[in-house]
Amino acid sequence: MTLITETDFGTPKAISEKMVTLEIDGVSVTVPEGTSIMRAAMELGTKIPKLCATDMLDSFGSCRLCLVEIEGRKGTPASCTTPVAPGIKVKTQTDRLANLRKGVMELYISDHPLDCLTCAANGDCELQDMAGAVGLRDVRYGYDGDNHVFARREGVNNFRFKAKDESNPYFTFDPAKCIVCSRCVRACEEVQGTFALTIDGRGFASHVSAGADEAFLDSECVSCGACVQACPTATLTEKTIIEAGQPDHSVVTTCAYCGVGCSFKAEMKGDQVVRMMPYKDGGANEGHSCVKGRFAWGYATHRDRMLKPMIRDRISDPWKEVSWEEAIGYAARRLKEIQEKYGRTSIGGITSSRCTNEEVFVMQKVIRAAFQNNNVDTCARVCHSPTGYGLSKTFGTSAGTQDFKSVDKADVIVVIGANPTDGHPVFASRMKRRLRDGAKLIVVDPRRIDIVRTPHIEAQYHLQLRPSTNVAVMNAMAHVIVSEGLENRTFIDERCDTIEFSMWEGFIREERNSPEALEPVTGVPAAELRAAARLYATGGNGAIYYGLGVTEHSQGSTMVMAMANLAMLTGNIGHDGVGVNPLRGQNNVQGSCDMGSFPHELSGYRHVSNDSAREMFEGVWNTTLDAEPGLRIPNMFAAAVEGTFRGLVVQGEDIVQSDPNTKHVTEAMENMECVIVQDLFLNETAAFAHVFLPGTSFLEKDGTFTNAERRINRVRPVMAPKQGKQEWQILCELSDAMGYPMSYDSGADIMDEIARVTPTFTGISFEKLDRLGSVQWPCNDNAPEGTPIMHVGGFVRGKGRFMLTEFVATPEKANSSFPLILTTGRILSQYNVGAQTRRTANVTWHKEDLLEIHPHDAEVRGIRDGALVSLASRIGATTLRATITDRMPQGVVYTTFHHPVTGANVVTTEHSDWATNCPEYKVTAVQVTISNQPSEWQKEWEDREEENKRIAVKPLVAAE
Amino acid sequence: MIKVFVPRDSAARAVGADDVALAIAEAGAAKKIELQIVRNGSRGLFWLEPMVEVETAEGRVAYGPVEASDVASLFKADFLSGGKHKLSLGLTEAMPFLKNQERLTFARCGITDPLSVSDYIANGGFAGLKKALAMSGVDIVAQVTESGLRGRGGAGFPTGIKWKTVHDARADQKYVCCNADEGDSGTYADRMVMEGDPFMLIEGMTISGIACGATRGFVYIRSEYPDAIATMKEAIGHAEAAGWLGANIQGTDKSFTLEVRRGAGAYICGEETAMLDSLEGKRGMVRPKPPIPALEGLFGKPTVINNVLSFAAVPFILDKGGTAYKDHGMGRSRGTLPFQLAGNIRHGGLVEKAFGITLRQLIEDFGGGTFTGKPLRAVQVGGPLGSYLPAAKLDLPMDYEAFAAEGAMVGHGGIVVFDDSVDMAAQARFAMEFCAIESCGKCTPCRIGSTRGVEVIDRIVAGIDRDRNLELLDDLCQTMVDGSLCAMGGLTPMPVQSAVKYFPEDFDKPAKMQAAE
Repeated sequence: MTLITETDFGTPKAISEKMVTLEIDGVSVTVPEGTSIMRAAMELGTKIPKLCATDMLDSFGSCRLCLVEIEGRKGTPASCTTPVAPGIKVKTQTDRLANLRKGVMELYISDHPLDCLTCAANGDCELQDMAGAVGLRDVRYGYDGDNHVFARREGVNNFRFKAKDESNPYFTFDPAKCIVCSRCVRACEEVQGTFALTIDGRGFASHVSAGADEAFLDSECVSCGACVQACPTATLTEKTIIEAGQPDHSVVTTCAYCGVGCSFKAEMKGDQVVRMMPYKDGGANEGHSCVKGRFAWGYATHRDRMLKPMIRDRISDPWKEVSWEEAIGYAARRLKEIQEKYGRTSIGGITSSRCTNEEVFVMQKVIRAAFQNNNVDTCARVCHSPTGYGLSKTFGTSAGTQDFKSVDKADVIVVIGANPTDGHPVFASRMKRRLRDGAKLIVVDPRRIDIVRTPHIEAQYHLQLRPSTNVAVMNAMAHVIVSEGLENRTFIDERCDTIEFSMWEGFIREERNSPEALEPVTGVPAAELRAAARLYATGGNGAIYYGLGVTEHSQGSTMVMAMANLAMLTGNIGHDGVGVNPLRGQNNVQGSCDMGSFPHELSGYRHVSNDSAREMFEGVWNTTLDAEPGLRIPNMFAAAVEGTFRGLVVQGEDIVQSDPNTKHVTEAMENMECVIVQDLFLNETAAFAHVFLPGTSFLEKDGTFTNAERRINRVRPVMAPKQGKQEWQILCELSDAMGYPMSYDSGADIMDEIARVTPTFTGISFEKLDRLGSVQWPCNDNAPEGTPIMHVGGFVRGKGRFMLTEFVATPEKANSSFPLILTTGRILSQYNVGAQTRRTANVTWHKEDLLEIHPHDAEVRGIRDGALVSLASRIGATTLRATITDRMPQGVVYTTFHHPVTGANVVTTEHSDWATNCPEYKVTAVQVTISNQPSEWQKEWEDREEENKRIAVKPLVAAE
Repeated sequence: MIKVFVPRDSAARAVGADDVALAIAEAGAAKKIELQIVRNGSRGLFWLEPMVEVETAEGRVAYGPVEASDVASLFKADFLSGGKHKLSLGLTEAMPFLKNQERLTFARCGITDPLSVSDYIANGGFAGLKKALAMSGVDIVAQVTESGLRGRGGAGFPTGIKWKTVHDARADQKYVCCNADEGDSGTYADRMVMEGDPFMLIEGMTISGIACGATRGFVYIRSEYPDAIATMKEAIGHAEAAGWLGANIQGTDKSFTLEVRRGAGAYICGEETAMLDSLEGKRGMVRPKPPIPALEGLFGKPTVINNVLSFAAVPFILDKGGTAYKDHGMGRSRGTLPFQLAGNIRHGGLVEKAFGITLRQLIEDFGGGTFTGKPLRAVQVGGPLGSYLPAAKLDLPMDYEAFAAEGAMVGHGGIVVFDDSVDMAAQARFAMEFCAIESCGKCTPCRIGSTRGVEVIDRIVAGIDRDRNLELLDDLCQTMVDGSLCAMGGLTPMPVQSAVKYFPEDFDKPAKMQAAE
């Protein structure tokens, strides 16, 4: 294993059909028009010295090391900013250039400390490399001139010197080592799009400034790490590198946070990770990262991590650490007992969207084959199940239509119920770049999320609708497009079912669907909605991106279909720059759905009642399968409360914290006789468990994740499983113990089986993934290298279907007792239930969940910023701190669910999507009042936190 | 009604023109004399400002320099009829300083009311634009090319070629930007145009817009020119009201709108690409070329960028024809250049002459030699980045090529004179110091090199390792010339190296410490 060093071509790749041939140092090279001379040289392997250039950033031309000579041209142009031209003859090394480069390096080093040997960048410093490359031997200016290096100069304080800024928990900023190449500033602007950094001062006083010369932590910096990655010196350095030194080898793997699925190089010393570096060849992220993937991986080795299997008879007992054999034997025995007592369907399991495809596949197989029922569901139930339903009904595939790159070609971007800068930051950066380049933006969201107005971006329209009225807004947009004749008739006639279209057209044309008629319902001014609809229909490529603000409603599935209607209506499907694109919440939520995690579907979305599909599985698995769909998660809870469902295996999810109506969930959990939790930590669900099977972190897993663009990425182990086993091995052992023997050699072996039984995965193998980097399904004989964009030339299901999308209001209504609407979401630094991020320094940014409330709503309740408030719904109450912000509209409050003590889901209701039972997290009628104490539930939680997570101290054998 | 002219030019106001105007108005009112005070532009005879003129049957009679306390005696001397006074200068037009000039660009400045459209038209204004409105873009560009006009900002790039590039570029929007960030030492011609004849600049830019297909223009004026900013803004309003600017100019299908932008207060913002960044609302940082602004300029669109004097020359060229302009000048330097005399000079002011006039003629014949009367030792031409020339080079003709051959530059036509008390090592140090402060900080040779330059010169002057440091200074200058991103760092060595070359004795004095012994 070696350290993977990626070639830095110096400037970004040029895209052009036209090729240009030139000569560099006598060697001919042909490159696309628009390529820089520097990049053309690197294509030949000729490294022209450089410091300010790097291929993640546009050329800048400041360091003046890359100067070259071109025959017949005056002067010494910079090779990074000079494009190739046909027939030119370039010299990259001449005496004149050598002197110039030495002269420039001499200037650099005259204002740089000479502590290379003890410097954190030693071994990874471009300045050092360049000094070596140009052969600098002497700095004739000396080191006692004006400088930024020394704290004192000529006996007094050096006013130019700035002390090291260590405010960010993950990296340091040492201005004394800065060469003012602006790479960090440009990375913050061009790659991340936050514009937190700038160069302050002119001339020799020029220096990098975070915010207005503030500490990094106090500035607008979002800690994405792009600046640290871009820095050629030790000025910006990861604290882990300062502490541990340079890595000795690296492995490319996939981040285990959100559905963007960023590729990283895990940089290692032995089996210790010292740095996660975004991988430039990663299809999803192309070298960018966010604060979570880049820095918040320390949870994998956190002291809270459980490494021993544990069992207990009752949840009030302390946990007892046992051997794997004992734990698995105990689990199997109890499950079998339950089945004997309450029937075959009295047990089931929940697969995890955080586990690999291979682990999920094995998990659902255990349930279908070993448990002999279909009581398997996945946490996608509570997030994107309506996406699967809606897109499958209309287009024929339960997945987003585009790759992320497609957004580069979008002209009108519609963001609905998604908060990309917080939830999907790396994709958001790509989207922001396109918006800065001129694409128009429509945001449909009750909150003024960041992307509505962020540096150099402002939404053309922010349709600040009332929560729960998504469908009405979509219908009104479609009404405008149809009634104003802006639809794409050719597309509809050629690609869609025209009979269904005419039915739909009749429906949508009805006056009750007009923006004017719906304005009282949605709260969106009709004129603004009309303008937005026109822009989407006529502004060029229209691309819809949406999140849980669409799905987590009682009309979630209707809404997904309404968006699909809109895209078909305008022909915005089937090519680059368009589409209907879910921003998936968890790293493998797409994959867990693909792998057959739903109670009614086998892998590849084939219904369990489909005889031929089922028989095929029965053949491969050598068993019989139930043709009846099993229980969905909410049904499992209901059945548990009723007493017919008694045993549950939970794979890497924390349903007690994440599922709605916590009281109901805990009641169900308490009713179960055997709950088996496989996780890294003793989470909220484990408080109700009888068997705890320690899991593996993504750094130990060997498998694949599938991201929101259907991209299958390899997850490669960088260290051995800390608890001794891959999770699929544990599941196989459980299956064995249950009486259905199951064994695999490796993750690759499991993928081979997946490919065998899943038509959209036929062409997938680890070998191919290793060769191509990643593949987007469908991957089969028709598309051997995968499918970046779906429905090209026609819909997967044949004709696109316009579905009637009647707006049916949610039963959850505000009234005088519960006058506000609560909506929930997440923030940048934390992830989902926080199990991972809370165990990292990301808590620096978000220590507790806060209730966002509009100033007026706060004022009338006497709530001051930071005050403790009680948040009560018809279901339950919790207490948290309020933060007053005009980001919220009046009448709507918002909070996150990253901290278990908040119990945000104690408040949320059991209303759910009519088609898929996806909970209505986004709409709960609440009242907010000043409080001075934790809620009843929080007191119970505190007790349980103490009681249910106790681990018995082992007898002191050694003392004997 | 008697017309009295008291300049509103800020050079005149700086020495009390407002007080003089007020005193004349009050005295006139007290004496119940009906008089009209016109606040004209300056004629450019700065040693005579405030220069008051009175319109008489024989022509305009001048008095100066007038102080408010002189007003009573002027009335007593019946200056309103051209009466004799100790400050009498005779007929303005007959004054040799003016009579011997070739004012094509400054033909109106000081004569008209700068903000009167009718005055402007009565004196030949908008004649060029009128013709341009009836011409095709190609024909306008051809006239400008024919005139031989070269960029007056300093680089001397042929204006016709630049305009043709923008004309030929295809884009949904093009721009015309006037660089009025006049920051060179000893220069003020741009300011005089904007304060004294603003419609000429408007007309020139509008012609450029029509020629190249640009519908929007910006004038980027240095923040230290509040009067010019105010005057330009007011003039733009008047021009729009009179239909000479805005939509459908004079009823044609041609449109051009113009906005004033206040400069960001940095010398580097006068570098054209930094100016574009500044105009876009960003920090003024130099952009690499290519792409050239003519193809990717303001907001990435094809953009004409010219200096005030370049645009100001255009109305004449369109009115009288490119050939008429080309008839002036020498070699490849055609037309006239408004030279600006400053520094240690007796008669500082603006002299518009055809190229080919020598430095000596300008300094001695027009300028009257040094102010102190001591011998002239050095002249810096072309701003703070221009070469220092010794007295022996005074017969150099003002011509881009002749200057370039001497390692010097004509630049924006600023001429700063030094007498024999000047310390040229200090001047060389100042050049580096100026660069250290004013560098945008982007490229390394300029950002660090200028600071090191100051230190090396200090060591040379202090007699520390003099030969080695002179060699280092030479190497540093070479690095800056070849390595800098823009002319700021690239030209800073010019004053430094010319000082070393022509005045080596100033770098070889015994060090102060030694001298004190």
